[in-house]
Amino acid sequence: MSACKDKEQDPRIEGIASTIRVVPDFPKPGIMFQDITTLLLDPKAFKNTVDLFVERYTGKDITVVAGIEARGFIFGPPIALAIGAKFVPLRKPRKLPGEVISEEYVLEYGTDCLQMHIGAVQPGDRALVVDDLIATGGTLCAAIKLLERAGAEVVECACVIELPELKGRERLNGKPLYILVESG
Amino acid sequence: MSSGSSLIFHIPSSCRLPLSPPSPRIPFLRTRFISLKAMASEDGKDHRLARISSSIRVIPDFPKPGIMFQDITTLLLDHKAFRDTIDIFVERYREKNISVVAGIEARGFIFGPPIALAIGAKFVPMRKPKKLPGEVISEEYALEYGTDKMEMHVGAVQPGDRALVIDDLIATGGTLCAAVRLLERVGADVVECACVIELPELKGREKLGHRPVFVLVKG
Repeated sequence: MSACKDKEQDPRIEGIASTIRVVPDFPKPGIMFQDITTLLLDPKAFKNTVDLFVERYTGKDITVVAGIEARGFIFGPPIALAIGAKFVPLRKPRKLPGEVISEEYVLEYGTDCLQMHIGAVQPGDRALVVDDLIATGGTLCAAIKLLERAGAEVVECACVIELPELKGRERLNGKPLYILVESG
Repeated sequence: MSSGSSLIFHIPSSCRLPLSPPSPRIPFLRTRFISLKAMASEDGKDHRLARISSSIRVIPDFPKPGIMFQDITTLLLDHKAFRDTIDIFVERYREKNISVVAGIEARGFIFGPPIALAIGAKFVPMRKPKKLPGEVISEEYALEYGTDKMEMHVGAVQPGDRALVIDDLIATGGTLCAAVRLLERVGADVVECACVIELPELKGREKLGHRPVFVLVKG
């Protein structure tokens, strides 16, 4: 686990990286699962995580923070609240009541689907997409597509952790990605 | 044991709200079914509750016919209402030495973390089965048909931790009850359960053995 090397790495990042727990062979053998729940048990680390994102996005006229179910629901709302944006949950199928739009995406085996409420996002909204981690980028890509279909401009994707070997960055339709910690 | 307290606004059951945030100029007094019962309230608090209540959208027949679903996603689209919701909880809990905020998947993940961050508590996600990696403890609970399970990480909560349980809504109380049991099994003191919305007809408070429950809005 290495902290992301920025020109001048923020001193808070090392502490954040050290709170993330790696659980081997979850959800299946061979996968080293990056567990952020231990970060959430450290109030200082959790606060620093949110603060780093808030500092980056304050004053950038972000009107929407879209969080990907479920761990994006943990990091997205505190950011939205601090920067004065609305929070929009992007969910697995059949969870959102009322009218939704859907975007299908590819899994290792098969496909899955991400949904967003109709009317939550308007043309001209400036959006941030938040999740705990970017792996292959499939989920984030679906999220970007949903927001763009609703007419929003996706300004950036923000994740706590990146697994760079899986090249998720290349699957974001050219959208920038901001992360705090790299793993692997 | 106190039955907790609530600052109560009734949501008219037939109310269908537009998805965009409501005009702040809409006076809540115009809505027929709103009855205001405020406990030790200041003007500021009443005003906040009106906006919070009116920002919640009711969706009929979801997830199945006959159910009037209380949709908080519209509250989340109204930055002031969302901010006020969190502020009211934070004001209530900041001086209570809460060391853990437990949020129930998934909508408890939206309200719990901002509260935890503001009061300096750790946040513990309470999840459906097989979502949490590593060692967990499980608590089964009854559904209308069948059962479900809730899980919490072993080691997340210690004996003596003072806990708050957060979810968007209390209905039958089954899910909250499972969360409370998990926390009590590891020796935490569950100080209160806090929800944005209560559906009182479903008697969730009884299910919780009249443990303290604090809500902002009743549907």
